[in-house]
Amino acid sequence: MPHHITDNPPGFISPACVDERGRLSGFVHSFEMGSAVDGPGMRFVLFMSGCQFRCLYCHNPDTFKMHNGHLMTVEQVIGEISEYAVFLRFAGGLTISGGEPLMQAHYIREIFYLAKNDLHLHTTLDTQGFLAAHLEDEWFNDVDLVLLDIKHIDPDKHLALTSQPLQPTLDFAHRLSSMGKKMWIRYVLVPGYTDGFDDVERLAAFVTTLQGVERVEVLPFHKMGEDKWNKLDYDYRLKDVSPPDAALLQRVIGQFSSRGLYAC
Amino acid sequence: MNSPEVNQQAQAWFNFKGGEWQTRIDVRDFIQKNYSPYAGDDSFLAPATERTRQLWSEISRLIEQERLKGVLDVSSEIGSSITAHKPGYINKPLERIVGLQTDAPLKRAIVPNGGLRMVEAGLEAYGFELGEAVKTAYSNYRKDHNQGVFDVYSPDILACRRSGIITGLPDAYGRGRIVGDYRRVALYGVDFLIADKKREKSELDDSVFSEEVLRSREELSEQIRALGELKEMAASYGFDIGRPAANAQQAVQWTYFGYLAAIKEQNGAAMSIGRISTFLDIYVERDMQAGLLDESAAQELFDDLIIKLRVVRFLRTPEYDQLFSGDPAWVTEAIGGMGVDGRSLVTKSSFRFLHSLYNLGPAPEPNLTVLWSNALPKGFKDFCSKASIETSSIQYESDDLMREHWGDDYAIACCVSAMRIGKQMQFFGARCNLAKTMLYAINGGVDEKTGVRVVEGFEPITSEYLDYDEVIAKFDAMMEWLATTYIKALNAIHYMHDKYHYERLEMALHDRDIYRTMACGIAGLSVAADSLSAIKYARVRVLRDENGLAIDFATEGDYPAYGNNDDRVDEIAVWLVEAFMEKIRKHKAYRGSVPTQSVLTITSNVVYGKKTGNTPDGRRAGEPFAPGANAMNGRDRKGFIASGASVAKLPYKAALDGISWTATCTPDAFGHTVADRVNNLSNCIDMFCNSSGFHVNVNVLNKDTLLDAMEHPENYPQLTLRVSGYAVNFIKLTREQQLDVINRTFHLHF
Repeated sequence: MPHHITDNPPGFISPACVDERGRLSGFVHSFEMGSAVDGPGMRFVLFMSGCQFRCLYCHNPDTFKMHNGHLMTVEQVIGEISEYAVFLRFAGGLTISGGEPLMQAHYIREIFYLAKNDLHLHTTLDTQGFLAAHLEDEWFNDVDLVLLDIKHIDPDKHLALTSQPLQPTLDFAHRLSSMGKKMWIRYVLVPGYTDGFDDVERLAAFVTTLQGVERVEVLPFHKMGEDKWNKLDYDYRLKDVSPPDAALLQRVIGQFSSRGLYAC
Repeated sequence: MNSPEVNQQAQAWFNFKGGEWQTRIDVRDFIQKNYSPYAGDDSFLAPATERTRQLWSEISRLIEQERLKGVLDVSSEIGSSITAHKPGYINKPLERIVGLQTDAPLKRAIVPNGGLRMVEAGLEAYGFELGEAVKTAYSNYRKDHNQGVFDVYSPDILACRRSGIITGLPDAYGRGRIVGDYRRVALYGVDFLIADKKREKSELDDSVFSEEVLRSREELSEQIRALGELKEMAASYGFDIGRPAANAQQAVQWTYFGYLAAIKEQNGAAMSIGRISTFLDIYVERDMQAGLLDESAAQELFDDLIIKLRVVRFLRTPEYDQLFSGDPAWVTEAIGGMGVDGRSLVTKSSFRFLHSLYNLGPAPEPNLTVLWSNALPKGFKDFCSKASIETSSIQYESDDLMREHWGDDYAIACCVSAMRIGKQMQFFGARCNLAKTMLYAINGGVDEKTGVRVVEGFEPITSEYLDYDEVIAKFDAMMEWLATTYIKALNAIHYMHDKYHYERLEMALHDRDIYRTMACGIAGLSVAADSLSAIKYARVRVLRDENGLAIDFATEGDYPAYGNNDDRVDEIAVWLVEAFMEKIRKHKAYRGSVPTQSVLTITSNVVYGKKTGNTPDGRRAGEPFAPGANAMNGRDRKGFIASGASVAKLPYKAALDGISWTATCTPDAFGHTVADRVNNLSNCIDMFCNSSGFHVNVNVLNKDTLLDAMEHPENYPQLTLRVSGYAVNFIKLTREQQLDVINRTFHLHF
């Protein structure tokens, strides 16, 4: 059943933005050639600015605000990617991450279109899905894989952790499943916040209801973003939280894999 | 009736497919006709046997003692030769393959033919004394290479040597970088080789006795003599290697004896073993088919050989160690590659050789060099990638580039220098310092550190801001001068080396008529390229001292830095490589050799940096250069792929002696799972070779590990990592070198 945009999905998508010469542009935080941890193989990763979540553990708080990025035209971005297209075609592809890339859906749709149809790259969208209800199914035509970040499976804890409701993410997960899209579920493991045994069980049970999940990546929380919080003068509330130890990580991975999911 | 020789040959060659190789020396033909390509994965490999583990642990204890003392022992009474020492063993009953450089493991030999002065300095540094007999002989009766060179050096060469614009010249020790075809010993036996050398000599009986012919005849006589000594040395271990090897164990042993004789006679800066694994595989396969050998026993032969190659030692001085850190011998073995007929040259023994990294643990020697091609079987590529990720002990060189020039039976001398085995040699020429040359151009030939005039007849730049075109013009002229002086020095060195320290045994394992290259080199490429980029794209103001000497630079604005796949500066780097090669090419090099160059520093990037003042790219005086063709530390901000793309632009045709790149990544940078990491690394090396990249050292390490190893070396006896063109035991580096490695760019992503 195709998705219909209802009256009032939560959050908002930024209007299309153009530069002084009228060319479609977006606020880009940065890009990185050669990431091996943002989708299959080696990726060119475009990090977009702007996010409506305020995850306590965010390691890129400098992407919260859209205007923290710098304006780049679609052409400029495609130009950067095409330098490596030959390599990316056999070794990986393009991943658009953030921030939350769907905030600038008009812009990235165009980039996905060109990456897919002109450069013939594998394309990946890294999102928490909060804004997806704003978009028609067609929007996802040029996306081969979605890295769906589920921050927490308990609605209250999700709200406390991210400042936004959980349901849109779960709805999007079901929608991708029925659209037949491939997914990797990403879950950040934060001791004291996302490591509850029952919570993980619930999440794992939810994931098994989805079609098209190729892997579950459990990402150990790290504090490399702490400096950025301090520099931005934001209050970093996870100062005293340590990264998960190997045993905890194995336990959580095991909870997923015991249900037949490929977890790593 | 057959003679005994013919019978022995028939036995040794039983079941081999015959061909040209049977009537004249042609190891390549033998390999091509008899090897079995292997396209599978690593699942057939056998773990270390109890015997292997015991032998390795015995020698490991000695290696640890050596680390604490610097040098374990020296045979200081006897000048080394092929037959000078009695047989030596680690633990005789345990050894499958025997033979040591002296009569005891890790006891170093002295090689006075290279230079008595260096021998004395080396002995003194470690508290040993030179034997009277050797001292008398070399003081009174025998001249050495080092003396010969200094008899002919000119004042301009001495000035360059002193100022450090040219460094590392092999004028006081063995030049190395000659790879004997040690396989010939196994395939043919020494008697056959002696007969063939006699034939080569007799062909010259009726020639006009020119200087060239006389030299050749004398050399052939020496080669024949050396082969006789080789046979004698093997006999002292109880083997008759006059005859060809008849099984796998003998093939490994005979090949190793050939190599052992070479390292008894020569203390060359780099003593490669060649390309032996696929050759040996033919013997292993034959024995296995006959039911004489199982996988475990085959692996033991390789593990044992590799133990021997890990204990190759030369006596060096502390100054030498500063240049080439960590006591390297460059026992380089080239593995893999493709045949010109399109078949892969990977065999099961290619795997077995690399598998020693697991059976014995990681180690810097032998210098494991994989000849990479996109066409290599996936199973082998992934095995290499896995071993790289887990041991940081492998370097990769583009077989696709080299095969085009050197065919499919070349080996790697030292780090990156390809040569057809037994048919080609090089005159090793160390390297000159391009960054300092640029400063000389700016200062009109006056040294920026000492204020001494090194070059006559050049005017300095006097403007406040540097003008790109003016700098280029003056730099070009200065490179011209440097190339002239440099080739003079190299001609002197190699003339004298041939005369006083000729590689009798190594050359006996070559054809008589060979191709020779004069292998020059450059250091400081990225410093020079970035400096020129700063002059071109930013504004560089010159800060001069009271004598008008440019001693520092203030750079206003940003400039594109080499290592970010930015053509604006990468083209400058390409220009530098091509321009200097052009200048070298103009000169007449000794003995008809063809000039080439490398972009390779080994660990001398630290010393070169020390000897070079402030540079316009913002580098401070004394700060190390980047190694080889690497971008300056921390300036390659766009990751591994972009950095490699810059290096890959440097044209191999203008640097046929090799272009070295060292890349260090953290494990996480390669992906989330082991399978991801292996696959990603294989793809990255494919990509680098596809875009004409020549060489890459792959390190997979965390900075924290290295920092901890500096504090607690005893916990990291085998921590190995690749530096420019070779691998080192991290804990054996000087503190300065360790910091240099730690300060290098660790790519958190590709």
